[in-house]
Amino acid sequence: MASDKPVLEISNLHAGIDDTPILRGINLEIPAGEIHAIMGRNGSGKTTTANIIMGHPDFDVTDGTVELDGGDLLEMEPWERAREGVFLSFQYPQAVPGLQVGNFLRKTVAAIRGEDVAKGAEFRKTLKDAMTELDIDRSFLGRYVNDGFSGGEKKRFEILQLMLLQPKLAILDETDSGLDIDGIRTVAKGINAAVRGTDSGALIITHYSRILEHVQPDKVHVLIKGRIVKSGGPELALELEERGYEWLETEAENSA
Amino acid sequence: MAATEAREAVGEYKSGWHDPENATIRFDFGLSEQVVRDISALKNEPEWMTEIRVKAFHHFDNRPMPTWGNMSMLEEIDFDKVCYYLRSSDATEKDWEDVPEDIRNTFDKLGIPEAEQKWLSGVTAQYESEAVYHSIREDLEQQGVIFLDMDSGLREYPELVKKWFCSVVPYQDNKFSALNTAVWSGGSFIYVPKGVHVELPVQAYFRINAKNMGQFERTLIIADEGSSIHYVEGCTAPTYSTDSLHSAVVELIALPGAHIRYSTVQNWSTNVYNLVTKRGIAHENAKIEWVDGNIGSKLTMKYPAVILKGEGSHAEVISVAYSGKGQHQDAGAKIHHLASNTTSKILSKSISKDGGRGSYRGMVSVSPKAENCKLNVVCDALILDDGSRSDTYPTMEVANPSARCEHEASVSKVSDEQLFYLMSRGHSEEEALAMIVNGFFEPFTRELPMEYAVELNKLMALEMEGSIG
Repeated sequence: MASDKPVLEISNLHAGIDDTPILRGINLEIPAGEIHAIMGRNGSGKTTTANIIMGHPDFDVTDGTVELDGGDLLEMEPWERAREGVFLSFQYPQAVPGLQVGNFLRKTVAAIRGEDVAKGAEFRKTLKDAMTELDIDRSFLGRYVNDGFSGGEKKRFEILQLMLLQPKLAILDETDSGLDIDGIRTVAKGINAAVRGTDSGALIITHYSRILEHVQPDKVHVLIKGRIVKSGGPELALELEERGYEWLETEAENSA
Repeated sequence: MAATEAREAVGEYKSGWHDPENATIRFDFGLSEQVVRDISALKNEPEWMTEIRVKAFHHFDNRPMPTWGNMSMLEEIDFDKVCYYLRSSDATEKDWEDVPEDIRNTFDKLGIPEAEQKWLSGVTAQYESEAVYHSIREDLEQQGVIFLDMDSGLREYPELVKKWFCSVVPYQDNKFSALNTAVWSGGSFIYVPKGVHVELPVQAYFRINAKNMGQFERTLIIADEGSSIHYVEGCTAPTYSTDSLHSAVVELIALPGAHIRYSTVQNWSTNVYNLVTKRGIAHENAKIEWVDGNIGSKLTMKYPAVILKGEGSHAEVISVAYSGKGQHQDAGAKIHHLASNTTSKILSKSISKDGGRGSYRGMVSVSPKAENCKLNVVCDALILDDGSRSDTYPTMEVANPSARCEHEASVSKVSDEQLFYLMSRGHSEEEALAMIVNGFFEPFTRELPMEYAVELNKLMALEMEGSIG
């Protein structure tokens, strides 16, 4: 059985875009029920890691493996990964003018969790509850996907999808960026509700430790130039907040 | 998933099958004054109609092809290889049971009788040159609404027809309006009396079954003062290797305060030339809306027009065009503001794919005497691959400085990031593309009766199938 396997296992992952290497040997394991955070500066490879797990066609994997519950993700198309239980909350969610939110959610839940789940009264209740939890008005369902949404609305909408899709692995790419403190609290509530007390795992990608005050990570990893140079408990996030990344960059260069 | 569902629902150009041809009368190929006279004689028409037909024929014969649009495609039309009249049934029936079985089966397959029961006020079904079925709800008939096929209209209400026929689209308007006037057969004749509102849409369905067929229906709708009607038409044909010609003329008259909405979803097979003249006149405070979907055909040239003749009248033309392999949709709108305080809105959406070509050709004018007119034109094009093409030819002639004109145009491509976002939500690349395309068409589909909107979405999902290399 897959139960003793970690939800996500990345081994020696090398990847890049157009022959430019970005990731240079990433190793990461997220056991069931755990929330991990990846922190790092712009350009360290955080978003690339998220995109590669989801299967973005622009990136080439040159070495290594990525497994979900012991199954090889790299062989799958993005939609197959989604159906297997990978969810990515995008840093910049795309607008689809003319596609209504309600319609999109129903189709998406049907594609990932099955037609039956999308039809039932229970789904309507889950949707209603999740929207209340995230402080989203009902009129939202009639709007077009991410079209004319404010930054905060886009992030709430990503978390709404997370709550409805109940993935095995939730990746949250800079979900806190562009949110005020109330916004961060609200999406943190959603993330906790979706992952805590379940067999799922989550990977939070962020610049700052702010969101981690509301979603307590089990582990924090620091990514510098495509490598995880340090891993630790939640206290590592606070240390980074105080000291910045420079000391780790020096350490990384010395050890390289 | 969506694609499979769509295939089940629509099939691969679902209307591409054809039935054996059981013609009771079939004219030889080609056109002459004699053919025109024969058609008129066959229908026992009054003398004046025969005369208009003959004049129109000579005008058609002398008039050169248009020197704009897709001239190379137009030049391929061989008018000597078209059958101008074909009758498959001897009568227009009021009960589907009385329609010849093979023809009834055709309309069954297209789902017409079912739609009629569920959501329509009346139906006319035309097969080749003649209407084979016709019905209208009794309550409407009691209120004095006339809804007939055009031939019956001419027989039963010759004065009304004589008054309005060619009053909006004269036969000299263009080569194809002349052709239609010469050989017209079938189409709808509608009169809505003062103050009567026809709540449910009435529908006409046009089907070409025979090879090398020409279908020339003629429609005339008169909405008397303060009345309203929504007319819906659908069109299909079998897929043959040789071309057919569909050349209709539609005339709308909206008298003061009347409201006419005319919706079309044209899904002719891609061997049909669709060269249609549609025009309405809006009197004081009247409103005319054209909702026009062009999905099929080889070449469509169609620019629904409204003449805003009365003060305070309003026009809307909302259209979508899909151009796939080998198709050219040359569509658009024409609106003439002749009176003060008139308003108009044009929304045109086009998608080109697999080398298809979409053109928006629009003409909006404001006459010098028309004060305080408002015009709004929006054209959006979505191009799905590099070999496909989209052009816009907008013209605005504004001769009165008090007019407020807005014009927006955009051309976009589907972005990889948009596709990836939808794929990350469990949708295959084809499904993702269909979602984007249907979203693009949404401002149009929301104007259609629900059943048509659903059908159009399925159709588009199907067109996206196999489009990803």
